[in-house]
Amino acid sequence: MNSLAFDIAHALAGSMVVLSFLLLYQDRVYALLNVFALHSLALALAVGWQAYLQEAHHLYVTAVVALLFKAIVIPTALHRIVRQLDIHRTLEVVGGVGRDMLAGAALVALAIMVMLPVTEGSNPLARQDLAFALAVILLGLLLMVNRHNAISLVIGFMSLENGLVLAAAGALGMPLVVEISVAFSVLIALIVIGVFLFRIRERFDSVDMQAMDTFREGRRK
Amino acid sequence: MSALGALAMTLLLAVPASVGLGLVRLSDYRRGARLSIAATLISLLSAITLIWARPETNLYLQVDDFNIYLIVLNNFVSFTTSLFSASYIAHELETGKLTPKYLRFYHAMYQALVFAMNLGLLANNIGLLWVAIELATLVTVLMVGLYRTPAALEAAWKYFILGSLGIALALFGTILIYLAAQPVMGQGLPAMAWDRLLVHAAKFDPALLNLAFVFLLLGYGTKAGLVPLHAWLPDAHAEGPTPISAVLSGLLLNVALYAILRFKMLMSANPSALAPGPLMIMLGLLSLLFAGLMLYRRGDIKRLFAYSSIEHMGIMSFAFGMGGPLANFAGLLHMTMHSLTKSAIFFAVGHISQVKGTQRISTIRGLTATHPLLGWGLVAGVIAIAGMPPFGVFMSEFLVVSSTFARQPWLALPLVIGLLLAFGTLLWRLHGLAFGVPDNAPTVAIQASIWPMLIHLGLVLLAGLWLPGPLVAWFHHVAVWLG
Repeated sequence: MNSLAFDIAHALAGSMVVLSFLLLYQDRVYALLNVFALHSLALALAVGWQAYLQEAHHLYVTAVVALLFKAIVIPTALHRIVRQLDIHRTLEVVGGVGRDMLAGAALVALAIMVMLPVTEGSNPLARQDLAFALAVILLGLLLMVNRHNAISLVIGFMSLENGLVLAAAGALGMPLVVEISVAFSVLIALIVIGVFLFRIRERFDSVDMQAMDTFREGRRK
Repeated sequence: MSALGALAMTLLLAVPASVGLGLVRLSDYRRGARLSIAATLISLLSAITLIWARPETNLYLQVDDFNIYLIVLNNFVSFTTSLFSASYIAHELETGKLTPKYLRFYHAMYQALVFAMNLGLLANNIGLLWVAIELATLVTVLMVGLYRTPAALEAAWKYFILGSLGIALALFGTILIYLAAQPVMGQGLPAMAWDRLLVHAAKFDPALLNLAFVFLLLGYGTKAGLVPLHAWLPDAHAEGPTPISAVLSGLLLNVALYAILRFKMLMSANPSALAPGPLMIMLGLLSLLFAGLMLYRRGDIKRLFAYSSIEHMGIMSFAFGMGGPLANFAGLLHMTMHSLTKSAIFFAVGHISQVKGTQRISTIRGLTATHPLLGWGLVAGVIAIAGMPPFGVFMSEFLVVSSTFARQPWLALPLVIGLLLAFGTLLWRLHGLAFGVPDNAPTVAIQASIWPMLIHLGLVLLAGLWLPGPLVAWFHHVAVWLG
């Protein structure tokens, strides 16, 4: 394989991991949304590049879906929701940024140590992509675990899902990738509509998930 | 014959899908309920046709010895639940808990759920299987939040987040399976078709398969309600409409477990891959013991039986993890018996909570005196689910325990402890519910549909007393195939 093409694929997938790290320490809602939009843009580019390299034209669809839907529509919608519901503009980071960064670095190391040995026989491009994808997935999980507000939870889940699409695109010739990425987009759209329609703020006075927990404790007593 | 089979298979998918779409536009809810019943009846008949007329397996769908019984069970319980829904939901409308608009939505979503579960069971393509389970999750999330109370919305949200997480992990596992298959089978659709994967599984890279299975077990395990990823299950069962609790427990958990078993078969076909058994045994025992302990302090009647579902999923996972003809036989039987019994219990519980106007166990007392039919129905159901003879659950649990004693006596100890814990708690709770001194709280008169419950319990009783020879032979055949 052309080494430049390989390097570009590598850089694009790697930039997703870096952006996942950026997501981890955002303490303002709008900044978080903007970084997520960049994350999705990087995904769209990475998938588009894969489509070009593999000459798999259906992957262009996935790239366009990622670009339009996740880099533009969803962040805009979330911006509006945040404005309309007047959600707290700052986000608490549980346990501090330093700890998150260390945990994140450990997870990336884990992803590489797990994926590289088991994929020794595979195509080198797929190998790198999978290791990066697993890292993005684990960082998304970390974000979901460490934040207690609905918006961060949604962003965490969506970044995790970006990792999955990267993995699917990296798997050479995998069928149904387009269908799966569309199915996932529906899921995400529903989550976002859920945040809005369920009026989590209206019901619980904040999007803080801990408020929900207190509410539940109260009911059980 | 295969043309008839192909027709039946098409009907199984097309009927719920088209009726579901049609129901969205139908404003008369009584006709909607009747249409929903008719649609599930057609699906049930098509499912029964499939027993004799097998369609040819293609790259997307298949009917084989293993999934056929789940397809029949699935459509049978969907049918009885749609009967139950009709009376249950009509009452919710009278009390003003639901509006006709939501009702329309309810029946449409119910058909969508039946479609998703049928698609999952019929799927031969592991990507399609994943899409079906994702669709089922989406639909049930919407149904759980149907009442729009804060508690229902919270339950739906929690289910949403945990369910999507499970689904995400399962997708990663699915991608890894494809990656393992791709060097051997080449690119494209055949490398995702389960029956072809099984043929070539021995040549796959074992390390990739191992990793894939861990993700798949955790992912679909979340949907099957296995501890430690069970947190959504009690809330979703307690806050959603009761017919949905019945379908969730009786059917959707089975579909998720079925997905795990399909992948377990792939693992077993590769001699150098990790043995999937111990992982499943561990998760199973953990679920069983945890649910056994949690049952003790439940104050909400639907939550109580939701934990009981976790317990039983644990038993099944344990049985399939043990493997071998006898334990697999017990697992398959238990899957069937649990579906029938647990949905019967939810039918009873649904009407009971409507009669009493509450789900709190402490305020529901002396049901056999005040509502004999519902009360004794619940008694029979709980005795069955606790694993007492002469019901079918006793037989399957007895088989699990005896096969464990024969092969791994030390594993039988935690198993028996878990079973006894659940048994004791359920009977203790039942005593107050059924035979306590009734309080004079006002009750609501309802038009209960008793038949679905009676039919289910009758079948479970029949299975406990006598299993038809062909059924036993067939269960045995599948048990051997599962390995």
